[in-house]
Amino acid sequence: MTSTSTSPPAAAGSPRQDAAPLLAVHDVTKTFPGKRGRTAPVRAVDGVRFEVAAGETLGLVGESGCGKTTTGRMIVRLLEPTSGSITFGGRDISHLGPRELRPLRRHLQMVFQDPYSSLNPRQTVARIISDPLLVQGSSAADARCRAAELMELVGLIPEHLDRYPHEFSGGQAQRIGIARALATRPRLIIADEPVSALDVSVQAQIVNLMERLRNELGLAYLFIAHDLSVVKRVCDRVAVMYLGRIVEIGPKHQVYTAPAHPYTRALLSAVPLPDPVAERTRERITLLGEPSPSSQLRSSRGDPGRPAAPPPGCTFHPRCPKAQARCRTEAPVLTDTVPATGRRVACHFPEPA
Amino acid sequence: MPADTEPLLSVRDLTVTFATKDGPVRAVDALSFDIHRGRTLGIVGESGSGKSVTSLAVMGLHNGAEVTGSVVLDGRQLVGLAERDLSRLRGRRMAMVFQDPLSSLHPYYTVGEQIAEHHRVHFGSRRSAARSRAIDMLAEVGIPEPRRRAGAYPHQFSGGMRQRVMIAMALVCEPDLLIADEPTTALDVTVQAQILELIARLQEERSLAVAMITHDLGVVARVAHDVLVMYGGRAAEQAPVDAVFASPAHPYTRGLLDSLPRLDDPEDTPLRAVPGSPPSLLTPAPGCAFAPRCPRAAAAVEEDRERCAHLRPRMATTSGSHTVACHLPLGPATAPGRPRPEHPDQIRKATSP
Repeated sequence: MTSTSTSPPAAAGSPRQDAAPLLAVHDVTKTFPGKRGRTAPVRAVDGVRFEVAAGETLGLVGESGCGKTTTGRMIVRLLEPTSGSITFGGRDISHLGPRELRPLRRHLQMVFQDPYSSLNPRQTVARIISDPLLVQGSSAADARCRAAELMELVGLIPEHLDRYPHEFSGGQAQRIGIARALATRPRLIIADEPVSALDVSVQAQIVNLMERLRNELGLAYLFIAHDLSVVKRVCDRVAVMYLGRIVEIGPKHQVYTAPAHPYTRALLSAVPLPDPVAERTRERITLLGEPSPSSQLRSSRGDPGRPAAPPPGCTFHPRCPKAQARCRTEAPVLTDTVPATGRRVACHFPEPA
Repeated sequence: MPADTEPLLSVRDLTVTFATKDGPVRAVDALSFDIHRGRTLGIVGESGSGKSVTSLAVMGLHNGAEVTGSVVLDGRQLVGLAERDLSRLRGRRMAMVFQDPLSSLHPYYTVGEQIAEHHRVHFGSRRSAARSRAIDMLAEVGIPEPRRRAGAYPHQFSGGMRQRVMIAMALVCEPDLLIADEPTTALDVTVQAQILELIARLQEERSLAVAMITHDLGVVARVAHDVLVMYGGRAAEQAPVDAVFASPAHPYTRGLLDSLPRLDDPEDTPLRAVPGSPPSLLTPAPGCAFAPRCPRAAAAVEEDRERCAHLRPRMATTSGSHTVACHLPLGPATAPGRPRPEHPDQIRKATSP
């Protein structure tokens, strides 16, 4: 890794509202049916709206079950949205069929969390990387040649093309997954927890690789992760999801230094810092409903809420330390806090910026 | 630091060897450490570092592996102890909490029954007495409505609540030593914070000795008093927590700290990745396990480099209770608490938020 630039040349956190975005997700909702009358339908994603500009990295963060992975899968159209629209490169792709999607897929690729389970153990690396090219109509010789190039690009040895996935370490396997995603020269990569299965010392290698590739190839990323520290390093903008909705979105430095939504504040304050001195003086924002040390227990209040039965009003209100009567009845809309900064918050009582 | 008192757990030259079809694998190699009552030892390492095998060997759960060396719990030698005797200690004097609570709990029994069973086995208590003890314990770990929830099955709890159940089960017989193996890795960050706070509170109330096994340096910084860094089945560095973070002596520890993206870094400093992958235990290096990835070994003169590659470094004291196994250890840092800014092209601003 030789690049020492701290921010990519393309977009340093400034949302370019004038240019048409590469990806526009508009009020997208995904409802999964319940189990034949026994359970209620689950609204995993509920009216999510964001844009990703060319060359930009948007981080999508949130706890398990918040709908971040479902959102990513809808964008690559592994899932079809229940309502709303997804526009990629100016074209509405929300309800295209497999045949119409195929030419678009080359521009829209995905990197998965578990590098081993996302690579076919019975295929050689050459086959894995060149498969997308063969599907898109390349000749076998061209595809192999390009696969060797890609191996080199992601920091692997091209001579290892005829090896199988199990012969590589976790970090190397993730590099193969990235090479496969890059094969068709995509413009947007959806990376779903691309480093969370890797060892700590290897995570930084993959983060640096993804940054270098973005700078060299002008890629845009939707970077889905639960690790707020990694997202802070990688992204230009961040969207925080809670129970299927975006509660806060904006340029990374604004969101991290002055989080406006109580949930964002609680999340950031809960991340352990690798600094024992700072940890001793740090104050965590506790959410309601956390079992109290004194064992004097609250019961119904503070239930984290489930996507199958989201609380009325603001879905975060049962856990929110700032919740008031209005929050229990009226759902807040994602609105600009300071216009023209690209900072939007869904909260009736946001923290002042 | 209670250096004058006897440690509760004293491990000396612990070596664990597994027979595999590819030959013997030495998963833990001549490891020594102590844990005192009321103290937490953070055991840090990547996959294959031997941190989990260490904890299993201490508990006598190493299942067919050959264990040599000495493990003394409160004056009693555990290595070579008959299974009968070990099972009397396990759960009673030492207990363990695992990463995945769902696979560690029995799905067919209510959590109350499972916790009570421990009490009945170790104390021969009556069903009703054990049950009320289980309910008390559930209340103590912060489960709302413990009387009712004792009758619930594991799948009816959320991940965080299940981990509370595991902790209740581990502590119901009031052990002196708690080994927690990645207890919060599967949990969301806000829940992780709660569980770490719970363990810290219970530790204080019961003056437990805790071994916290984790790959997350943030978790270590938050909970540990002392830190043991493991690499390739061996101890790399051992010191009080502040010393490890402020002036790591082993290049591996330093590499780990430098490769972490940090939430509290206003500049988004580029990550300095540790090159390469964690070592294979099937073909251990004759010298230092970290030598093939070590920047100091690579930059050293021929003679030193040879030593790193071929001569295994012993644990040696650098200062006070700080020990390191390295031929080329790093000197004490000039900037306490901030190991990073020696990087020449990164000059930090003096102001930080």
